[in-house]
Amino acid sequence: MQTKKTTPWLYLAPALLVLGFFLVYPSIHTFYLSFFDRGSVRWVGLENYLHAFTNLVMLTAFGNNALWVAVFTTATVFLGLILAVLFDRVKYEIIVKSIIFMHMAISFVSASVIWKFVYAFRPAGASQIGILNAALELFHLPPVPWLIERPWINNLCLIAVGVWVWTGFCMVVLSASYKSIPKQFLEAARVDGAGEWIIFRKVIFPLLMPTVTVLATTMVIFVLKVFDIVYVMTNGNFGTEVIANRMYKEMFQFRNFGRSSAIAVVLLLFVLPMMLLNLRRFKKEGM
Amino acid sequence: MLKKVVFVLILGFLLGGICATSFAQKTVTVLGVWGGEERDAFLKTLEPFEAATGIKVEFTGTRDLPAVLTTRVAAGNPPDISVLPNPGQMQELAKIGVLVEVGKFLDVGKLGKEYAETWINLGSFKGKLYAIFLSADLKSLVWYSPETFADAGYAVPTSWDELIALSDKIANQGKSPWSIGLESGAASGWPGTDWIEDIMLRITSPEVYDKWVNHEIPWTDAVIKRAWQLFGDIVRNEKYVYGGVATALTANFGEAPNLLFTTPPRAYMHKQATFIKSFILRYNPELVPGKDFSFFPFPSIDAKYGTPALGAADMFAMFNDTPEARALMRYLVTAGAQEIWVAQLGKLSANRRVNPNAYPDDLTRKAADILSTAPTFRFDASDLMPAAVGSGSFWTGILDYVGGEDLDSVLRRIEATAVEAYKG
Amino acid sequence: MTERMNKVLSRGLLHTFIIFIAILWLVPTIGILITSFRPAQDVASSGWWTVVGNIFNQTQFTLRNYRIVLSRLGIGRAFLNSFTITIPSTIIPLAIALFAAYALAWMRFFARTYIFMIMIALLVVPLQMTFIPILRIFNRSNLAGTFPGIWLAHSGYGLPLAVYMLYNFVSGLPKEIFDSASIDGASTFHIFLRIVLPLSVPIIASLIIFQFLWVWNDLLVALIYLGGTPDVAPITVQISSLVGSYGQDWELLTAAVFISIVPSLLIFFGLQRYFVRGILAGSIKG
Repeated sequence: MQTKKTTPWLYLAPALLVLGFFLVYPSIHTFYLSFFDRGSVRWVGLENYLHAFTNLVMLTAFGNNALWVAVFTTATVFLGLILAVLFDRVKYEIIVKSIIFMHMAISFVSASVIWKFVYAFRPAGASQIGILNAALELFHLPPVPWLIERPWINNLCLIAVGVWVWTGFCMVVLSASYKSIPKQFLEAARVDGAGEWIIFRKVIFPLLMPTVTVLATTMVIFVLKVFDIVYVMTNGNFGTEVIANRMYKEMFQFRNFGRSSAIAVVLLLFVLPMMLLNLRRFKKEGM
Repeated sequence: MLKKVVFVLILGFLLGGICATSFAQKTVTVLGVWGGEERDAFLKTLEPFEAATGIKVEFTGTRDLPAVLTTRVAAGNPPDISVLPNPGQMQELAKIGVLVEVGKFLDVGKLGKEYAETWINLGSFKGKLYAIFLSADLKSLVWYSPETFADAGYAVPTSWDELIALSDKIANQGKSPWSIGLESGAASGWPGTDWIEDIMLRITSPEVYDKWVNHEIPWTDAVIKRAWQLFGDIVRNEKYVYGGVATALTANFGEAPNLLFTTPPRAYMHKQATFIKSFILRYNPELVPGKDFSFFPFPSIDAKYGTPALGAADMFAMFNDTPEARALMRYLVTAGAQEIWVAQLGKLSANRRVNPNAYPDDLTRKAADILSTAPTFRFDASDLMPAAVGSGSFWTGILDYVGGEDLDSVLRRIEATAVEAYKG
Repeated sequence: MTERMNKVLSRGLLHTFIIFIAILWLVPTIGILITSFRPAQDVASSGWWTVVGNIFNQTQFTLRNYRIVLSRLGIGRAFLNSFTITIPSTIIPLAIALFAAYALAWMRFFARTYIFMIMIALLVVPLQMTFIPILRIFNRSNLAGTFPGIWLAHSGYGLPLAVYMLYNFVSGLPKEIFDSASIDGASTFHIFLRIVLPLSVPIIASLIIFQFLWVWNDLLVALIYLGGTPDVAPITVQISSLVGSYGQDWELLTAAVFISIVPSLLIFFGLQRYFVRGILAGSIKG
């Protein structure tokens, strides 16, 4: 498109101004603080980073974040995709879509209250008040203390809460993009005798691929800084710590600005692979 | 048409938002942790003050207080007055010079008569008074049901040996003597720290307790280790604790006492501070304090150290030196203000002048009496330690130890964080 | 014959699966809905599903939670504040992001790649780290405690995602429409207004919903930049003040969930019609 040299900057100016002030400037500030001690007075060099990469709890957090990225991202995007496509085929689409989506509208504190009633544990013999353990009881299985059963069960239980909340968002975005595929494409394929699965794989999926990439990127980045679910449900105890919760604790509970800043900068490093992935696409489109 | 409506609406919101900034009025802003009934009680406490002075108190109560306070202090926009989570934080804030010295304008001589020296010292940094106490909680209590005890023929234990003997007796009858709940959301583990602290006060001198608080003895010290082992003897004993370790770790501390009041009782004893009364009554509104449930002092272990009292308190500090804030601080230390406050809740007052009749029932009066007459009183150690230990590794250490981890490695880990945290 | 059977069967499977998923998603919410009508002492002693067995037993239900929430919240003022915060905080960042996404997608200029990279990087910045430096500046410029301050803050926090998602959508529009419009002599702004904006309606609708929910449910940003006085406090802040310092009275949250969720659902239903098939296809053809 032919434009004057200044035109793009006119369009970008408001965004750059707001971002510069609310995100870029604080990030630089954070980077700067990460080289100082807890009260931001004494220069400590790389000490905070050394802590971030060697502390035992931080190492657990790295592992857990990796698990979150893998399981949460796959589950939300994949489920979102399947639901978007399947719901499109039924008349009561709006109802089921709303059912999945409405959990986005519940704040995380409320969500934690809700899920406490799913994972609640009472010893065998007492009447269970958590639905999962009540279900186990029905099959004469012993109850499980879900949130303290490390390392897999409790982490997966927390991830399940995230999936429950976020699948709706993925579904809505994918559904918007699915509905923008011209119906003729699908019908043409059907006329050619292609099965639904083939159509999904050969027609729908490639067309939705850009949206899937965007959503996956968004989910990965969101989950890198996942905090609230862990904070309210286990606070990182029993081996469920994640990076952002560690940052929050160092910052607001322990008031160690140096450490919390270093952890925040480390988070920024983890996003690099996602940036490179998007850059490749960006360059291709720029041709 | 729709566009116009939307436009007008947006414009209205913009203008409304800009104009809604409050007009100059004599106000004082207060930040606290209280919500629900506590919030109502605090607002009620403020009523006479607002009526007498015409000053409006703008109170914000949030459990996110640590985050909000840290941010607003660091950004130079603190509230006029704030509740502080604990004395440890008061020390840190006083050190960086953001607190207003309240000793400058409060009548310290008069305070000395109304408050025990301990309280004045706890509110002071380098000999200057920075914080005042609105109310306190007594922690060294074991709750039980007098009726169940009488029916089963159990006697209230007065020593550790008797406590263990009673626990064994109950356990041998195939029942669980204890109900323990360590879950408390983001603060999980704290009920366990109270156990350690109360045991510490009973197996060593108050001076050693203070050394522990100030990290002048390491966490791996034999006496600290013994305290943990005594706690472990109870909490890690599957026969002693209802539902065993898994239940202790997952049960909410507020719901844990309910097990004492089921028919038949699922457990018989529960160690917790005075505030638990309101939880008991909330879940069991039909119970009568003193009759259906009561408490006995957490018994002595080493006879020579007796039964000291462990407590915690709600404290206020001032960040902006305004006449209105001064007036409110002057009001909050008075017995009159605290009588309104304690009458609403199960809390105790630290002010000696508070009329015992202000307390809602005999049980609370009894606790207040123990608090004010205890020969030895010590403040909750975890509240006095740097946050990285006191509300960090100490809490998680409790959970790890109860969860079955080796005691030495737990203590070593706490010690490692303490070495760093006390450095400055 | 078998083909028809197959079809019926597969339709049946489809419906079963969809209903199964819907129930799976709903169970926790139904649980909390029932819980919100139960007295606290029952909640702690028996599971919520036990009421289903004898649903007509009126004594096991209470409106207490709702009564307290509605009376304590100062609900009208809190809702008004929430709207005053949320509506501009949704519109401003989306408007700004649309312009930026359009420029990034369809104009060539110096440092374009870097700007795009930085936008993505900014997605990961933890909000908590921005509070102190921003609040410090807000203080000096008297923005702390005001609505415009929080509008700007939410705009800043919501921008990276909005730009990123809008960029991806706008850059995927067929090149031909831009070319033909350019040939017709349309200005960049004209193309933006007449082509990009209408075509982006579905993604804008999703982003409006997302940003609305995000701001509506926010507690910490409001507490930090606005404070908690009833004049300005949104509904989340008021709800959080229902819960005691030890977490007591949390059962009031169960009722509060269903009160505060209503506007979000209305927004979702209201924007639902923009998700229909063919908006894009139709306009491209025409």
